[in-house]
Amino acid sequence: MGRIPASYLMNRVITLVLTIVIAATLIWLIPRLSPVDPAEIMLGRMTAGAGTVEGSEQILATLQERFGLNDPLLVQYAKYMRNILFLDFGLSTASFPTPVSTLIANALPWTIGLMLISIVITFVIGNLLGALMVWEHTPRLWKVAIPAAMVFTSIPPILSGLLLMWIFSAQLQWFPLTGAYGLTVEPGWTWDFVGSVLHHGFLPALSIVVVTFGFWALGMRGLMITVQGEDYTTLAKAKGLRPRYILYRYMIRNAILPQITAFALKIGLLIAGQVLVERIFAYNGMGKLLYDAILDQDFPVIQGVSFVIILMTALAVFIVDLVYPLIDPRIRHEAA
Amino acid sequence: MADHSTPNAAGAQTPDLTARQIRRMKRFDNPWRNPKLIWGAGLLLGIVAMGILGRIFWDPDLVFTGSGLTRQPPVGLENLRGQVGTWAHPLGTDGAGRDVLALLIIGAPNSLFVGVLASLIGMSIGIFLGFSAGFIRGRVDDVIRVLSDVMITIPPLLILVVFQAAYGDISLTMMAILIACFVWQSPTRLIRAQVLSMRESGYVQMARLSGASTMHIMFREMMPNLVPYLFGSFIANVTTSIVTAVGLEVLGLGPQRIPTLGRTIYEAINSGALIQNLYWWWGIPTILLALMFIGLLLINLGLDEVSNPRLRKL
Repeated sequence: MGRIPASYLMNRVITLVLTIVIAATLIWLIPRLSPVDPAEIMLGRMTAGAGTVEGSEQILATLQERFGLNDPLLVQYAKYMRNILFLDFGLSTASFPTPVSTLIANALPWTIGLMLISIVITFVIGNLLGALMVWEHTPRLWKVAIPAAMVFTSIPPILSGLLLMWIFSAQLQWFPLTGAYGLTVEPGWTWDFVGSVLHHGFLPALSIVVVTFGFWALGMRGLMITVQGEDYTTLAKAKGLRPRYILYRYMIRNAILPQITAFALKIGLLIAGQVLVERIFAYNGMGKLLYDAILDQDFPVIQGVSFVIILMTALAVFIVDLVYPLIDPRIRHEAA
Repeated sequence: MADHSTPNAAGAQTPDLTARQIRRMKRFDNPWRNPKLIWGAGLLLGIVAMGILGRIFWDPDLVFTGSGLTRQPPVGLENLRGQVGTWAHPLGTDGAGRDVLALLIIGAPNSLFVGVLASLIGMSIGIFLGFSAGFIRGRVDDVIRVLSDVMITIPPLLILVVFQAAYGDISLTMMAILIACFVWQSPTRLIRAQVLSMRESGYVQMARLSGASTMHIMFREMMPNLVPYLFGSFIANVTTSIVTAVGLEVLGLGPQRIPTLGRTIYEAINSGALIQNLYWWWGIPTILLALMFIGLLLINLGLDEVSNPRLRKL
């Protein structure tokens, strides 16, 4: 970390902490301003199930006490912030005694796995295609096909997901319709299970890749146009280096680094898009958890999921900001 | 490119240029006649026109439940029950007997309305904060910069999910205002950066030396130079706003009683329309939304080329 100035590091740390505090406060404050009472919702669910509930007044009072709804607001806020430090979001109201953190811990690996795979694939494909759009030796067919494929950029992945799901799952039945792994396989490190996970994850990942590679391709195209006019490219050509060598070693290597900063701006939208994809594919990740929680009006889970996703986004941005000056020596961070 | 200034003579001087290339050369004279821009604007105008003409030539009351038989296919197609679609419902009906064409006529302008309103509000906030940060600098700049850095990492969808889960039904305007709270950051950053670089430039210094007021410098000297950036940022924000609104609707949140494209998709998924092969129910709104996003993307790409001539090519 020797090359990162302390003031820059401080700046990034302050931004990270502020992001987390503001997000946590908003998530806490918004439901407090609403007239809906989680204890009443829970009691309502019991009443709906059983017809009448004996001693409902008493249960309501106990629940409100249990959730700490009788404390002064500031005390509630302080308790909430302390709990959030330890990622404790309380107990789910829909599946009552289960802690929210357990539910999230079960869903998180699926979301992170799907996200990493789709981001790596899009980054590679997008940047390569973007570079090919500018390179003068690209076959003519590609020069026509790449811009045509980019029309799908900026369509939210939920729409591409629906179309792919209908074609490949419902019509052709090549891929399963829902879930993250088959009902008949036992989770574990077996070939059956891994195969099933890949089979189920293919369509969700594809629907994200199809609509996001264009973002990287467009950015890469702009950067490549700049690099193309640089003296070192001309020199490389004059030396008689092979065009392919110039493309990979001289042009892409110089153009790709600023693309990494684009992650910082894009990652929030990527995660939000993926949450929706998980919802339509009923993939066992955070999206499904969030959607089920919305249906059940399960506030602790909604708050927990939202907070964890925002935390993930903020951490990702923080890491990109820190790593970037290390890998791109051209950047000199002035004191902010 | 030497022929650029005298396009009429281009053909005579360089016979190896095809007629097509000469036509493209001429287009450089007016950057606004950009094909991407025109196609994109055409697509969006088409959707708006559908919303307006549709209300005149088609019965908007057909969006209500039970306007026709349920799950009727579009004209000439057959559903799983063997019913053939009729002209009474050219694009078929959904699971509650609502006419899909009427849903599009009412729903598509609603989606655009949310996007444009949210983006307009976000833009106004962004212009105000960006100019303040760039001009006043010091503490004000620090606060605005850190705040926009912070807010740009928070995905709007997740905060809005918490909000709507707590409050239930909201109106379209309310949804637009809520989304606007999350789309002011990028115009703020953009304007701040531009203002900081422009305030040292010759013509701004000149204006300041001639005693022009701050307002004059902001709106008469700087603003015209920002227009292509502002417009690009505006369109990008319209896209983000619509994506967020559709995301909320597909999660079953958002306005509950007003027909929107996202809500139609939500109802279709929940009723198992994918398995029952009721493709027109979710498919037609999906394709219309996709066209809307393609139109916005083309406008944005066109604007990029207008403001950055290096991206244009023959």
